[in-house]
Amino acid sequence: MRVDVESLAIERGGLRLFENLSFSAAPGVHVALTGANGTGKTSLLRALAGFLAPSAGLIRFSVEEPAAQTHFLGHRDGLKGALEAREHVAFWRDLLGGIGRPRDVLARVGLSHVADLPARALSAGQSRRLSLARLLMAHRPLWLLDEPAAGLDTAGKALLTDLIAAHRMMGGVVIAAVHEPLGAPDLDVRLGA
Amino acid sequence: MTMWRTVSAVFRRDLRLAWAGGGAAAPLGFFACATTLVPLAVGPDLKTLALIGPPLLWVTVALAALMILERLFQADLEDGSLDQLHLVDAPLEFIVAAKGAALWTAIGLPLALASLPAALALQTPPHATIPVAIGLLIGLAAFIGFGLFGAALAAGVRRGGVLIAILVLPFFAPPIIFGAAAASKAASEGLGAPGFLLLCGCALAGVALGPIGAAAALRQQTG
Repeated sequence: MRVDVESLAIERGGLRLFENLSFSAAPGVHVALTGANGTGKTSLLRALAGFLAPSAGLIRFSVEEPAAQTHFLGHRDGLKGALEAREHVAFWRDLLGGIGRPRDVLARVGLSHVADLPARALSAGQSRRLSLARLLMAHRPLWLLDEPAAGLDTAGKALLTDLIAAHRMMGGVVIAAVHEPLGAPDLDVRLGA
Repeated sequence: MTMWRTVSAVFRRDLRLAWAGGGAAAPLGFFACATTLVPLAVGPDLKTLALIGPPLLWVTVALAALMILERLFQADLEDGSLDQLHLVDAPLEFIVAAKGAALWTAIGLPLALASLPAALALQTPPHATIPVAIGLLIGLAAFIGFGLFGAALAAGVRRGGVLIAILVLPFFAPPIIFGAAAASKAASEGLGAPGFLLLCGCALAGVALGPIGAAAALRQQTG
């Protein structure tokens, strides 16, 4: 998948966050979105996911129906406190039409030992690892990640870097809003400069 | 059929959540309390009780349905899982319908079952209790169908319960009018009571239109 952003402008609550933003992400490209708080990183990601209409400019995808080709990892993990970790991954597999095996994916993100625990019993870092498992349950070429490393320990950050590298190897596109560098992005899009 | 798989995943998750979180117990408890306390308040006049029984059942079930609607989309919006439901290979209308169907199964069926003893306690003749319960079950489909729309519009509103109640009130009126009328005649006419088919019509309208309206409302709230 290829993503082209052309002269994009986004407003929230009447305030223009940025304008005239253009960049392109070809298959295998990792884009880092940086910038101070409130410069529109999350809004840009939500616009790329189709949740938010830009006030000007264009976002073009090389595929039709990009929504079904996109993983969106927001700053909220999207977990249900009452459901077990294992139930979450099985739900994502069916919801997203994937073929990942829950046991393998939970092992990959280091949560095998808490597979039977309800999500409310997980720590913040474990919750984040569980939401990373969603990326692996179904293959989707576009990953939109909002502060994906928040709450992760050193090993968790290394895991995330590995996942991103593996996704790029398969020709996937990663667009991640970050405060601290994550892996080796090909492109640094700085907002609010 | 990935679309069917997606929709059924949402149905199964919501069914599990309705009982896992204990949320399904509250409307049932409310229904049991109301249908027990009103006869105590009315006193020993069995004629009055028989007269107010069917309307009371219908009003209580409508209020119980309102109780469960508030958190339906709000919980998904707050924990971020609503975002995932937009990024699937199935129309949002189907996803919303699956959530409604799960709610109807998890809470509508137990409420209809609970109405059997409640109707007996309210002096409904035994042979009329099953037609009354079937009517309530169909009425719950109408309440939940129209309620989806109100719940979706109020998803982003803190303490949106009042807003939902006001939004769906006009839509709850027809099923409650026809349903309570049919229930009052259930003893003599069973499911052939005149209001029954009109009630079914309301339920069909709710089930068909509710998810469309709800999906449109949810699309406005993704920003």
